[in-house]
Amino acid sequence: MTLFKTLAGAVAIAGLMAGSASAADMTVGFSQIGSESGWRAAETTLTKEQAEKRGIDLKFADAQQKQENQIKAIRSFVAQGVDAILLAPVVATGWDQVLEEAKDAEIPVVLLDRQVDSSDDLYLTAVGSDLEHEGEVAGDWLVKEVGDKDCNVVELQGTTGSSPAIKRKAGFEKAISGHDNVKIVRSQTGDFTRTKGKEVMESFLKAENGGKDICALYAHNDDMAVGAIQAIKEAGLKPGSDILVVSIDAVPDIFLAMANGEANATVELTPNMAGPAFDALEAYKKDGKEPPKFIQTESKLYTQSDDPKAIYEEKKNQGY
Amino acid sequence: MTMPATIKRVLPQLAALVVILALNTAIAPGFLDIAYANGRLYGSLIDILNRGAPVALLAIGMTLVIATRGIDLSVGAVMAICGAVAAALITGDHSLAATILMTLGVGILCGLWNGALVAFLGIQPIIATLILMVAGRGIAQLITEGVILTFNDPGLIFVGSGSVFGMPFPVILWIVIGIAASLIFRTTALGLLVEAIGINRRASALAGIGTSALLLAVYAASGLCAAVAGIVAAADIRGADANNAGLWLELDAILAVVVGGNSLMGGRFSIAGSLIGAMIIQSVNTGILLAGFPPEFNLVIKAAIIVVILVVQSPASHTLFAFFKHRPGRAAETPAGAAKPEEGGAR
Repeated sequence: MTLFKTLAGAVAIAGLMAGSASAADMTVGFSQIGSESGWRAAETTLTKEQAEKRGIDLKFADAQQKQENQIKAIRSFVAQGVDAILLAPVVATGWDQVLEEAKDAEIPVVLLDRQVDSSDDLYLTAVGSDLEHEGEVAGDWLVKEVGDKDCNVVELQGTTGSSPAIKRKAGFEKAISGHDNVKIVRSQTGDFTRTKGKEVMESFLKAENGGKDICALYAHNDDMAVGAIQAIKEAGLKPGSDILVVSIDAVPDIFLAMANGEANATVELTPNMAGPAFDALEAYKKDGKEPPKFIQTESKLYTQSDDPKAIYEEKKNQGY
Repeated sequence: MTMPATIKRVLPQLAALVVILALNTAIAPGFLDIAYANGRLYGSLIDILNRGAPVALLAIGMTLVIATRGIDLSVGAVMAICGAVAAALITGDHSLAATILMTLGVGILCGLWNGALVAFLGIQPIIATLILMVAGRGIAQLITEGVILTFNDPGLIFVGSGSVFGMPFPVILWIVIGIAASLIFRTTALGLLVEAIGINRRASALAGIGTSALLLAVYAASGLCAAVAGIVAAADIRGADANNAGLWLELDAILAVVVGGNSLMGGRFSIAGSLIGAMIIQSVNTGILLAGFPPEFNLVIKAAIIVVILVVQSPASHTLFAFFKHRPGRAAETPAGAAKPEEGGAR
């Protein structure tokens, strides 16, 4: 009896220890690019939140847009002997040496949001969004929304030549190909900004019969859509009904517009890249399971029926 | 300065503007249509006047600075600072009047900082204003804490997208401020004094002109114009975007001044010319948007048109025009008689 009790107690304690060993004992270093955009600030907030929730000790280093600061941060993480490193690389090249050092110290590195040009055995996995898939989700929504009706789409592109602009355009085009009733009639860059989004939308409205010939607007980011919505309103049309508005990113302000019925849909570029990264790390630490080299985050579609007001309240405090 | 002389002075710029507008009409049918809807005038021409407002406002101050042989690279950043200040104040429950007055004050302060570096420390204007150009955007980001600071105050929004007698308010702002500045500098000796500094600062000082005070005032005026432009830009999108507000607009403002026929070497200046220059630039921008070319072509087309305008305006081409104009009757004219009008025309 006593022996049984002792055994049971030992098992229970061992179980507890095993349970805590997977997360609570983990120390993770996070080298963030900086805080150049609201999205990145939200990514930092959510990473800290996720770490706290899982009992992970997170060491945070802000690189202020400089690769040399990131390399310094990684070296100091290695010196401190952390269990894993999260890296949001500011540029794609020049990481071989420092990743090699982390590998020699047997510290797994997980890339967040952006990729590097180094060989993929230098890091454990990369967590990120598929930009082309985001455009596709937006296009699929529009195709379904308009059904068989003819729909002339105007497109506000991101900064010319930037990879989100190229891929989000390609994804959307892929989604609407084969649906001849939906076609892009005008496409111009709005530089990802509200001001340019508004100015370019004004010219679209003028060029397309005062906006009467436009059925939908596809913007490569929410900020341009917010600017364009103002231009549509000032032209005396109703955004959201006269002209459908679909965009990408899911920043708080677009949810406010959706709550007012002025925007229809947005595709989320989730700032929660750390969640899947920690999941993969915990699985790897526990039983050495190698995750795939690229973990794609969900590109979730939000529409007016998703209680945009509540999402706005929730997102507003994430640092966007 | 008599009226006909003023008009004659900006004749080449007006001609360029008409040509661009004609091109736009050819590209986009209905370009000249103006309708009245929702209590405001509505049309591409109105868009040009309205969208060109920030650059036009900046160009007024920039003209004065350039007339003193200076340059103000900080105006875009000052726009971002003032937009951020205005948004922060109005969301901090300050009254509209207090918000606007304090924001204009911040703009003047920024200008005084530039002016002090130039007038008292003798730092070259391009370097002196480069400091605030770089630092200003950071200051604006500190004020907005890195987010787009949105506001809903109807009074402040009116500055960016309201209208008076159907005309968008920003248009009225730049026209009124432009006329006021022209009157202040042309009905008094101020304009002449500013030109004197631009031509020879040391000689002006020796002649008894308070060059330091005037330089301070001119840079402060540029800061003030940038503050107004900053409020307009923020009010237009109902938010202060520290990263993008006024980005590269200092270059457009300098271009507007140069296209307006003013010399970067200082001296004689025309505010009216700069304002027309700003409208030329905006007409090109709007025309490109209406034309529906792929966006990869935007900057190349803009550059090509600007090059043509500047080449036509250049002193060398004036000599060339005059040469061909006078060639048939060259024997009848003395060379000196042929050279005089060319010189006048080059300005």
